[in-house]
Amino acid sequence: MRKLLLLTTVILVGLVFIARLFYLQVYGGYEYDIFEDTAIKKEFTYPKRGYVYDRNGKLLVANQPSYDVMVIPREVEPMTPEDLTEFCNLLKITKEEYNKKLERAKNYSPRLPSPFVPQLSKSDYAVLQEKMRKYAGFYIQKRSLRSYQTTIGANVLGDIGEVNRSIIEKQPYYKLGDLIGKQGVEQSYEEILRGTKGIKFIQKDRFNKSIGPFKEGRFDTLPVPGKDITITIDSDLQAYGELLMQHKRGGIVAIEPNSGEILAMVTGPSYNPNILVGRNRSKNYTKLHYDSIAKPLFDRGLLAQYPPGSPFKVINALIGLQEGVVDEHDTFSCRMGYYYGSRRLTGCHHHRSPVDMNMGIAQSCNAYFVNVYRRIIDKYKDAGDGMNIWANHAKSFGLGDFLNNDLSVGRPGRIPNGDYYDRAYGDNRWGSTYNVSNAIGQGEVEATPIQLANMAAAIGNRGYYYTPHIIKNIEGDTIPSNFTTPKYTSIDRKHFEPVIEGMFDVYNDGTAKSLRVEGIEICGKTGTAENFAIVNGKKTQLTDHSIFVAFAPKDNPKIAIAVFVENGYWGSRFAGRMASLMIEKYIKGSITRTDLENWILTHSLEDEYAKPISDEPFKINGETTLQVIDNYAIKLEDQETLKQ
Amino acid sequence: MLRENQRRFKFDWVTIILFLLLVGFGYVNILSASHDGEVTSYLNMTELYGKQLVFIGLTFVIIILILSLEAKFYERFSSIIYLAAILLLVGLFIFGKDVNGARSWYGIGSMTIQPSEFAKFATALAVAKYISDLQTNMKTLKDQIRVAAIIFIPALLILLQNDAGSTIVYTAFFFVFYREGLQQIYLIVALSLIVLAVISLKFGIIATTIVAAVALTIRYLVRKKKRASKLQYVLVLFLAIGYGYGVKAFYKHGLQIHQQNRISLWLRLEKDPAKLERMRKSEAYNLIQSEEAISSGGLTGKGFLQGTRTTGKFVPEQETDYIFSTVGEEWGFAGSSIVVFLFVFLIIRILYLAEAQKSQFSRVYGYGVASILFIHFTINIGMVMGLIPTVGIPLPFFSYGGSGLWGFTILLFIFVKLDSNKINEW
Repeated sequence: MRKLLLLTTVILVGLVFIARLFYLQVYGGYEYDIFEDTAIKKEFTYPKRGYVYDRNGKLLVANQPSYDVMVIPREVEPMTPEDLTEFCNLLKITKEEYNKKLERAKNYSPRLPSPFVPQLSKSDYAVLQEKMRKYAGFYIQKRSLRSYQTTIGANVLGDIGEVNRSIIEKQPYYKLGDLIGKQGVEQSYEEILRGTKGIKFIQKDRFNKSIGPFKEGRFDTLPVPGKDITITIDSDLQAYGELLMQHKRGGIVAIEPNSGEILAMVTGPSYNPNILVGRNRSKNYTKLHYDSIAKPLFDRGLLAQYPPGSPFKVINALIGLQEGVVDEHDTFSCRMGYYYGSRRLTGCHHHRSPVDMNMGIAQSCNAYFVNVYRRIIDKYKDAGDGMNIWANHAKSFGLGDFLNNDLSVGRPGRIPNGDYYDRAYGDNRWGSTYNVSNAIGQGEVEATPIQLANMAAAIGNRGYYYTPHIIKNIEGDTIPSNFTTPKYTSIDRKHFEPVIEGMFDVYNDGTAKSLRVEGIEICGKTGTAENFAIVNGKKTQLTDHSIFVAFAPKDNPKIAIAVFVENGYWGSRFAGRMASLMIEKYIKGSITRTDLENWILTHSLEDEYAKPISDEPFKINGETTLQVIDNYAIKLEDQETLKQ
Repeated sequence: MLRENQRRFKFDWVTIILFLLLVGFGYVNILSASHDGEVTSYLNMTELYGKQLVFIGLTFVIIILILSLEAKFYERFSSIIYLAAILLLVGLFIFGKDVNGARSWYGIGSMTIQPSEFAKFATALAVAKYISDLQTNMKTLKDQIRVAAIIFIPALLILLQNDAGSTIVYTAFFFVFYREGLQQIYLIVALSLIVLAVISLKFGIIATTIVAAVALTIRYLVRKKKRASKLQYVLVLFLAIGYGYGVKAFYKHGLQIHQQNRISLWLRLEKDPAKLERMRKSEAYNLIQSEEAISSGGLTGKGFLQGTRTTGKFVPEQETDYIFSTVGEEWGFAGSSIVVFLFVFLIIRILYLAEAQKSQFSRVYGYGVASILFIHFTINIGMVMGLIPTVGIPLPFFSYGGSGLWGFTILLFIFVKLDSNKINEW
């Protein structure tokens, strides 16, 4: 027995050691990550971020240098009170802030760098750089910030900001303090614009002194500069759209039909992109972010999903023709609405009767389109089948689903199909009379302005569209083929002519007669959408939205446009005027309809927007009076800055 | 003549191969731990790995010398060797040279010699000699005291030179004494003292009282026949409690600050985060760096000369006491386990050979060799991995240093020689 004591002890100790080694190296041992290795210093070289140009080669976004003070908390050594005071003074922070910032950085990671004071001014940097050696654990990281050459297009261009921790977890390329595109093309073309940062790995010793490149620099990489991009935006048109949108909320999307290129993408209210650069960025961003009433960060051109109203009627006309349930000469009577038995399913305004297709579109007759719509659905024995056929036609115009384009945000809209109503009412327990609102773009149909603009482009092209996109050219690269292949609608080319004639007559002698522009054949369609909001816990109707969809010229259109103005009351009142002006601006380069321009610039909807939050009873639509403002000062000032 | 030749080469090659593997792998790791940039010449005498290579070369001269002497020489001259070692230790007080606060070195020109490394095999020889004497009976108190004196003299001298680590090594002989007949009660008492000390420091006197009371009650109930009086059990309980207080008092007032801190870190007694943060940068720095280096090695390690912490010299003393952290970082779990296995295998091999000896002197000496290697192996690797409080002793055959390498080589190869001679022992 005595022989066994040492023997068993030796074996036991051996097993304990193996277990401990297993615990340290295999079980608790993390996957080796050089970025976590404190013995290796990582020096990043940030490449130039790509520039952004507009379609005419005008520079919109460039760069400016910026200097961040970074900290590695573990390497910070206690400073003498004098040093600390001096350091705080140089950084323009208090000692309390110093301690708080250091604590926060330590909480993130004691061994990884965190930004300590971001974006120093150039003069602060010059002074600080001399003394940086004195402060162990701190260093200056040079980065490049955006420098906007324009005051417009904040929603189009987007901005760059520091990555947050959830991004770092998902994309290990980014380290704390790195900048990433947020919103707009900065976000959707992040990887192209950003390039790839260069890394130098440097072996350190325990005194934190560099002792040479790690493995002879085998893993070091050179920075790859970001590529410049040209976007499809016409900055003059964009600026003009933003000018028109002042004091209104809404969106404008203009597309070049024969390419799908987005010419303008306006949202109102907007902001000057320059306020999101530099040390005030976070303060300004917070302000924009928490403005839950005007929602300046909500890109209405892309996200405002509403029943499109009358512009959708032309789709029903096209489907009717394609399905052969109606031809352009068929007429229906309209007695101020559509009657099912003795029940009026939908109202209409005053116009001549009976109505053929041309007049139906030009006069936006509700009864005409309910008739067409019911014939489409009722052509099939099962209403569900009819509904599905109808929905597929509508969807072939890019409605009811995401457009799959290169914008950072979007909404799918909605085109209901048979299943949708089966779920709502039960299988076969409904018919076309249940949802006639779809005939006139109300009810369950919803679309965003960009979808409507694309729809206009598809009509203008007589049956096809290119996915609306914002990239025109990438330096030394091609744009995705998805954007250069036409998408065909399910409607034959021949059916478009009568519909387009109808849309042309909207301008000739229809609902947009007063918006004609000399020398340009515009085809359009007005729209008005009822809308509701919850005010003090009660569903309350607000003034209707003003919607307008158009393309011009009639043959070989150069521009297709959708304008949406919140609470603008009726289609031609705000949206129609703005559409005409945008079209004239783009095609002629100057404005002859200065009467329209003056009207838009001197009429504000701010009063209208204040109503639901005023806590007072308010009136809507016809019972309201429009706010008139003197806008010339602002207009001139803005045009001055635009010229710069 | 033929038989003579056969005998001469009848060494235990398993032991020799294990020795060569350990020395060789040790050198590889010293090279990693001590190289600065490019390795231009392996014999670069300004670098530690160059010197170590020379030490290893001289080791073979020593081995040949040891193996060529008559086996009987070591038994016959054991007393003289022991006395010489004691004299060398005493001489340190007059001629010695201070290194890191310990007066344990002789300086000869640019060379330094650490006599405590040689005192180990000398003591092992003396212990073997004394125990193997026909008149010695380890069960008698008289012989126990005498044999204890043999190890206390060098241990005390070394402690006085402020080298507490090397002193602890002499506890190794407890295994030898136990094998040779020391009563079981010593083992029980020794284990109890260690356990109670840890419990007193970590959980306090109340826990000590409870554990001691429970243990004594169990012993009382189990030993129905030969049990002592209840009064004696109560007396032992009070002794245990008094011992607990004694340990706490010794911890607070008897230990030097750095020793106190090491124990505090090991038992995680310090709870104040500010103080812990300070300790991370001072007392705990070595340990944290060493553990992180080992952990970062993962399953297969970063590869020879590829350890980032080793290259950056993050672990202080890495080529000497902390050499195992290099193994951990560069060779990973696989390499470290092999080293642990080699040591365990070597010690078991020596134990096996020792038990097969026909002369008691050879057996006791072999046991001494195994015990000394075992204590070094346990304390050093345990410390580097944070299982044992920091104690500065080298890892045999691995750590940088001539005295250490030679001391262990002599220790081991005297046994190899004795073992080769067992045929003549009739």
